[in-house]
Amino acid sequence: MAHFFLHTLIGQVILTVLEALAVLVPLLLGVAYLTLAERKVMAAMQLRKGPNVNGPFGVLQAFADAIKMMTKETVIPSGANRFLFLFAPFLTFSLAMTAWAVIPTNDGWAVADINVGVLYLLAISSLGVYGVLIAGWASNSKYAFLGGLRAAAQMVSYEVSIGLVIVSVLLAVGSLNLNDIVLAQRHVWFCLPMFPMFIIFFISALAETNRAPFDLPEGESELVAGFFVEYSALAFGLFFLGEYANMFLMSGMVSILFLGGWLPPIGIAPFTWIPGPLWLIAKILFCLFVFIWVRATFPRYRYDQLMRLGWKVFLPLSLVWMVLTAGFLMATGLLPQGGAS
Amino acid sequence: MMTQIVFYVFATVLILSAGMVVSARNPVHSVLFLILAFFNAAGLFLVAGAEFLAMILVIVYVGAVAVLFLFVVMMLDVRFAQMREGLQRYAPFGAAVGLVLLAELALAFSHWRVAQDIASVPHVVAAPGRTNTAALGDVLYTHYVFLFESCGLVLLVAMIGAIVLTLRERPMGRRQNIERQHERTAADTLAMMTVPLGQGVTANGGFRRPERSYYIASVPGSYGVTAEPVPQATPAHETQRGGHGADNHGGLAQ
Repeated sequence: MAHFFLHTLIGQVILTVLEALAVLVPLLLGVAYLTLAERKVMAAMQLRKGPNVNGPFGVLQAFADAIKMMTKETVIPSGANRFLFLFAPFLTFSLAMTAWAVIPTNDGWAVADINVGVLYLLAISSLGVYGVLIAGWASNSKYAFLGGLRAAAQMVSYEVSIGLVIVSVLLAVGSLNLNDIVLAQRHVWFCLPMFPMFIIFFISALAETNRAPFDLPEGESELVAGFFVEYSALAFGLFFLGEYANMFLMSGMVSILFLGGWLPPIGIAPFTWIPGPLWLIAKILFCLFVFIWVRATFPRYRYDQLMRLGWKVFLPLSLVWMVLTAGFLMATGLLPQGGAS
Repeated sequence: MMTQIVFYVFATVLILSAGMVVSARNPVHSVLFLILAFFNAAGLFLVAGAEFLAMILVIVYVGAVAVLFLFVVMMLDVRFAQMREGLQRYAPFGAAVGLVLLAELALAFSHWRVAQDIASVPHVVAAPGRTNTAALGDVLYTHYVFLFESCGLVLLVAMIGAIVLTLRERPMGRRQNIERQHERTAADTLAMMTVPLGQGVTANGGFRRPERSYYIASVPGSYGVTAEPVPQATPAHETQRGGHGADNHGGLAQ
């Protein structure tokens, strides 16, 4: 049996499909419940009850929403580019799923444990802008187009600081492999020595996923709903799920780069009893909670303030920190000699 | 076997999409096909085992350069009829240039020969056991560090040149000065007044402008803000001291 899965072509294909399903099914369930969790958490913060009708504590609300979305009519505006209009939500959604191939959930547990895992994540997340941009253009609507342009400028800007923060982390690790990055945090999680970068990365992640307070691409007070103003039914649902899957992905990246991935806080007895994947899930859930907390707390930024923050604050700060990190590691002789395969 | 199939899939899609880049009617479609071409080129790099180059190609070209292309092309106002007009007029020129290029390519390929002593040319061999990312770093940052840094300088100069060319003063715009906003206190903008019954404090209803303009003061009248401070309303105690009548309009410009 093991021979069939590991050494024959068909076996490997089946194995890969099974591995992908093992990642995607929990992820999609998580996305469905994140939409519910967001409504519940925000309700609690605003002294409301939130959805509480479908099932105990409203747990069936996620499925009710899904059924509602699937049974609605898909409206394609006249003058829209039909293919690109339908392609954009699929792109957004599938990119958010694809990135999970390299996320390790335990030592060596990743669908694809590749050497350039971090770069893969960066590449996939930088592709996310196309879904938004294409949707904005293909809708043939002014509001959607403006939303798409805003999103493109915003995501490209914050990618720069995300990239520089990742470089600082990589300097301390000496490898682009996500597994190695987590293992390098055995003694101390990077969120402690690199605390400012942790904060910058988290805020940039908010901007990268177009979440409040940086949700200008869909600013409903000025752009109706921004780039997905013309979308309905399943296409809208895919955008919606894609946004939440991206939140999961960014939380996963924060957990792996700064919060020690699957590692327990201290490597002693009561903490090591809990298996690694549960630690990772706990950290991701914590980040997601902060995502929602921020949304319930902060008002939306103005667009020029957003650009100022990205280019004039985060970019110089992360650049200086990168140089400082390199200098510190050189001076103390802690620079890792990575690169061996 | 599998590698060959993957290679031919990537290569076919790459060539087809490259053809579509030049033949697509809609310029936005052209850019999208260009992105598809980049993506397949990255796939070919992966097949060749150069995963670092593949990822960098996607991050730099697809993630940044092509986004800006798309950005610009989407905002272009392209008139297709006008383009077709030009096509007929300039077709002979285009054909001539194409023919010259084709002839040069044919000449070059007919005399193409790999140098005999290529193996004796000094080149860097990656240390065994290094990943290709690390090997690339070794080569760039140790053997060719001077060239690498010069490339960086050239790019920096190009960047500064682009900024100098496009930067212009825009005196009409409103600009936010965060530091000055933080310096602003209630004393700058607020004054407590006792308003006599049945009378306003000033003719304009008691509005006061800040003593300093927070917009650009160098251009008088740019945003209804004059360079000199706007006349202030008479503070409350003075209003009471003077008679009524006159003070009703006391806040007006003298």
